Amino acid sequence: MTNTPVYINGLGSVSPQKALLVEPLFFEANQLRCADPGYKEFIPAEMIRRMGRIIKMGVTASKLCLRDAGSSSGSNMEREIIPQAIITGTGLGCMEDTEKFLTSMIRNKEEFLTPTSFIQSTHNTVAGQIALLIKCHGYNFTYVHRGVSFESALLDAMTQFEMGELSDALVGGTDELTVNSFAITSRLGYWKRKPVDTKNLLDDRQRGTIAGEGATFFFLENYQNEHTYARLMGVTTFLKPASEKEVSKRVHDFLATAGLTTNDIDLVFMGLNGNPRTDQVYKFLAGKDFADTPLAYFKHLCGEYHTASAFAAWLAAQVISTQLVPGAVCLKSSPKSTIYEHVLIYNHFMGNNHAFILLSRP
Amino acid sequence: MSKRVFITGIGIVCAIGKNVEETFQSLLAGKTGIGEITLFNTMHKGIIPMAEVKMTTEELLEEVGKAGKKNLTRTALLGMKAAKEALGSAGISNIHQYKTGLISASTVGGMDRSEDFYASFLSDPARGRLIDVVNHDCGDSTERIASHLGISDLVTTISTACSSSVNALMFGSNLIKTGQLDRVVVGGTDAVTRFTLNGFNTLMILDKTGCHPFDENRAGLTLGEGAAFLVLESEEVVMKDGKNILAEVSGYGNANDAYHQTASSPDGTGAFMAMSKAIAMSKLQPNDIDYINVHGTGTQNNDLSEGIAIERIFGEHVPPYSSTKGFTGHTLGAAGAVEAVISVLALKHQVVFSNLGFSIPMKELHNRPVTTNHNASIRHVLSNSFGFGGNNSAVVLSRYVTGDA
Repeated sequence: MTNTPVYINGLGSVSPQKALLVEPLFFEANQLRCADPGYKEFIPAEMIRRMGRIIKMGVTASKLCLRDAGSSSGSNMEREIIPQAIITGTGLGCMEDTEKFLTSMIRNKEEFLTPTSFIQSTHNTVAGQIALLIKCHGYNFTYVHRGVSFESALLDAMTQFEMGELSDALVGGTDELTVNSFAITSRLGYWKRKPVDTKNLLDDRQRGTIAGEGATFFFLENYQNEHTYARLMGVTTFLKPASEKEVSKRVHDFLATAGLTTNDIDLVFMGLNGNPRTDQVYKFLAGKDFADTPLAYFKHLCGEYHTASAFAAWLAAQVISTQLVPGAVCLKSSPKSTIYEHVLIYNHFMGNNHAFILLSRP
Repeated sequence: MSKRVFITGIGIVCAIGKNVEETFQSLLAGKTGIGEITLFNTMHKGIIPMAEVKMTTEELLEEVGKAGKKNLTRTALLGMKAAKEALGSAGISNIHQYKTGLISASTVGGMDRSEDFYASFLSDPARGRLIDVVNHDCGDSTERIASHLGISDLVTTISTACSSSVNALMFGSNLIKTGQLDRVVVGGTDAVTRFTLNGFNTLMILDKTGCHPFDENRAGLTLGEGAAFLVLESEEVVMKDGKNILAEVSGYGNANDAYHQTASSPDGTGAFMAMSKAIAMSKLQPNDIDYINVHGTGTQNNDLSEGIAIERIFGEHVPPYSSTKGFTGHTLGAAGAVEAVISVLALKHQVVFSNLGFSIPMKELHNRPVTTNHNASIRHVLSNSFGFGGNNSAVVLSRYVTGDA
């Protein structure tokens, strides 16, 4: 938990949703993809054709975020923002280009290969392309650690705010779903075999969950302005907890570093994804540590992917800013009117990588 | 808040050595690790050289006590071996004594196995052994290393192309400086794969005669593989336990060239910024730097851009410098850590290593790399790592003299 204030002053998202807060979309599916959000507006036409989808999604979400931050500074003039740092997280990186290069290498027996897909296959392509397009010479990092890739990026930014190395940063999470990556992970048993009505995702008894993808960006600054969404209080990650009790202990320890207890939490976003096996730990916490706390969920709207928690943070920031919980995410509402002061996100990926993110009212 | 970060342990496995001692002896002997491809079948065999670790995957499995296991990639095994050596070198037996993290780096992760899987998968989506693809992501090798060392707190992975593992060192240092960790194992690991070999080959930057960094007639890099890890500890831990300090992390800098996805800018903007930041953080002047372990891949583009950036910083007084990639090859995600370990050896033994493969000075530069090993008084080493995506990083490592603290 950092003592230096970090505020979320801009948001940008590309997800399977279009206008989630106004009209949430539900699907009959076991995989959710992002629709083209209008890449043309954000990326030069000659680049669109060559860019992998994750790069387009990431660049677009980051530009939406910077535009949002720029227009929310209070003055009539939009400010053009070149961030001091670009820090991204991605579980699998640029899968489409990786697969493309691998396929032609194998099919053509290592001959007649072209470099484009290899160049774009490196995990840091999204962060690199953003820097290139906005001419940002600042700190540029990409974390690639499974279900805590986005959280690692957040932690890096917060650490440098605390050190006084940064006073702003563009931080995001990106992951894409491809036909082949879906086929392979299906064989690994990640996904439900038959499509489900995403509205009832948590009631589905099939094994696995639904696949998803998205790009979500946050513009962080060390000062508050009139359009600040929320204050980012802290983030922590841990690997393979021994038991549900350990998770419970860790959440108390984490909140204690902010001087809080579970009673102070007004809403918990949980990474419930309808997989009966891995949802158990959420249910444990919901029944024990957060028995009287309103609960929300989000993976029925974006699907499961390594950086899905960024989508939850995007939602949580808006809950704090609007003081409204969209009906589509509400799992257990508050019996009385609540002021959403502290919102916690608890997410894990396949039971392996766990993380807490805490956002508060500025 | 710990103001200072100390290196107390190092571990390495690369083309010139299975451990720190062997690597050091090869450096002293001027023995290159570059040779013919033996690890996998490829049409480039016998044409393009590579710097392979001289151990088969089976031998690596045996080495880390996992003989017969089928779920470990070569990338993970190299990392496990080097990280374990680093821990031993730091004299750490109880990992839980202090809050300890692991920050690793990789560019291809488990690609050495995925490319086998993919060949079968492409012929029929129901084919291909899943055990060959389940460890594809970069996080896998990190978690294998974490469990090999018993680390479960802060565990993460960085992938910023060829600058990846210097960035792991930077993030790890920041976590210690802010008191979030007492100690952290940082580094990187990458195995050679057909994917990277063919990828770099499409860019036409693989030198068929082995790399010649900073030479006028350089024609590209030579791919290598390996892993290197360093144990970083806070001032408090070092003092309390009376640890043997190998070096101090005095400064580091990261910048983006923002010029081109793969090429470096002609004036070396990103490289200049990264080196300047690193020197500034260490509160040193350029003339305090006694040796530069340059990125020096041997490509036309990198060496020119880096050489110009160095001249912009050091003017006419460029300190002795060398690229050690003529020994180890370019180990990609591991390169920053491999060269940090070599820089620690330079500090420890007060020796500047030669730049293998050099004969004719570049006409654009007013200096030339070191071509013979020699003893020198070295207080501060600057080590550079640059990568695709414009990712440029530099770190300053300093000799620790008792009483400095």
